[in-house]
Amino acid sequence: MNGHAAIEVEGLRKRYGEREAVRGISFTVRRGEVFGLLGPNGAGKTTTVEILEGYRERSDGRVSVLGMDPGTRPAALRRRVGIVLQSSGLYRHLTVREAVEHWAGLYPAPRDVDETIALTGLEEAAGVRTRALSGGQQRRLDFALALIGDPELVFLDEPTTGFDPAARRQAWDAVRSLQELGKTVLLTTHYLDEAQALADRVAIVKDGAILAEGAPGDLGAGAQRFRVSWRGEDGEAHVRETADPTALLHEITGAALARGERLHDLGVSRPSLEEVYLELTAGDATAAA
Amino acid sequence: MSDHAIDGVRPADRSREAVPWRRAAWRQYRLERRMFWRNPSAAFFNFLLPLLFLALFGAIFSGDRDTLQVIVPGIAGMAVMSTTFSALAMNLTYLREAGILKRVRGTPLPTSAYLAGIAGSAITNTAVQVGLITVAGTMVFGLDPPRDWPALVLFVVVGVWCFAALGVALSHAIPNFDSAPAYVNAAFLPVIFISGVFYDADDAPRFLRDVAEVLPLKHLIDGLSGAMVAGADVDHLLALAVLALWGCAGTLLAIRGFSWDARRA
Repeated sequence: MNGHAAIEVEGLRKRYGEREAVRGISFTVRRGEVFGLLGPNGAGKTTTVEILEGYRERSDGRVSVLGMDPGTRPAALRRRVGIVLQSSGLYRHLTVREAVEHWAGLYPAPRDVDETIALTGLEEAAGVRTRALSGGQQRRLDFALALIGDPELVFLDEPTTGFDPAARRQAWDAVRSLQELGKTVLLTTHYLDEAQALADRVAIVKDGAILAEGAPGDLGAGAQRFRVSWRGEDGEAHVRETADPTALLHEITGAALARGERLHDLGVSRPSLEEVYLELTAGDATAAA
Repeated sequence: MSDHAIDGVRPADRSREAVPWRRAAWRQYRLERRMFWRNPSAAFFNFLLPLLFLALFGAIFSGDRDTLQVIVPGIAGMAVMSTTFSALAMNLTYLREAGILKRVRGTPLPTSAYLAGIAGSAITNTAVQVGLITVAGTMVFGLDPPRDWPALVLFVVVGVWCFAALGVALSHAIPNFDSAPAYVNAAFLPVIFISGVFYDADDAPRFLRDVAEVLPLKHLIDGLSGAMVAGADVDHLLALAVLALWGCAGTLLAIRGFSWDARRA
């Protein structure tokens, strides 16, 4: 058993009747990293995560979470993971502090209640009943309840879907604080910027299969293409792609100087993760470079 | 990789013993009690309504000893049903739809301890209500004290089991929380009317009597009135047998249909 992997998934499949929601997914999440499953709605992300959390049974494949099989729902595993579900309710008549205190009592070695409330930025809401919380505050309470048992591994299923930008930033800060605590995090999202901002490594999922995997920067740069763009004096936009931007820039600027022309909006860019993502998840998977 | 790599040592090596079952169940029970009293509408419907009925009927029939001897055990039976059957069906539908059941399932809390806490809270309501109704029957309406305490306890216990199981089973059939009151009352109201809560069931038309005879509440009320009222002529064994039959069916359906998640694949 590889002691450094928090999650190992090999050839995971899940069928619902005729439909196969997950078709042979494999990936490994190392200890201490934030791993993102990125993909459009219906790609099989939640099914995959819920199998790892022990909510669903797999049809085929091998799965190991902290060295245990979540399919048998071992209690020892539930003591060591924290789960933030896509949407899940709260006891509406409890205050934030009461909810966190109660959850602390479910775990053998919980974190400090006050510290956890502070960590998730809920100090001012500690005495508020949960039904009166804003969406962003409820999400932070989800984080607090997932963290209170001091888990080694935290599952975050679409932690910011439906949020306004401010609430999103708050949730992102909460994820970063998990990272600083040294937790392993498995995150699903259909927001590209979220994967880019939070994940150490990303797997792009579509139709129940992984199309690409790697660090967000590497996925973008993986194509080894650079794009040079500018506008001439006539205002016409030009774009050229190259593997060697130094030479191309020299050529373009040299020619412009020779003509006594100024180039506007001159820039060099690499394909962003977004472009890779859109390319990969487009109707037909043509160029998976 | 170096053999001395210190980051290979996991913090999880410290003790991670489970929380003892009894403590977990007790904590859940206390939480349920606290939440019960914080939700005024639930507290009213599950708790005060039977007491209100008792006060109203007691006032209407005050002095009419024969009628009161029917109504006091009848309302005690209704209290058992409302505190277990109605309350659990509504409660579980809400917990399931809100995603609370699913969230709890992701924690180390054992399922049995969780359900014990919820059921324990419902049973506390039953015990308090039946106690209040019994006391009021004696002190306020001048009935004799219950003549057969062991039988009273036995029927309350069997009634609680039967109706709690049926309530959990019913919650599986309720599609969402908005429709929960309709489902619960569609079962609860006709049953309390035909089972002799407000009048002697033997005075009802034959057809209704036959229906009531098959259902559990009439037998619970028979048992309670046999225990509470001197001179009532009751077949305890038949009553217990019918309650046990419904209890077994309810338990089977409650366990087999149990779902943690509102989404059903």
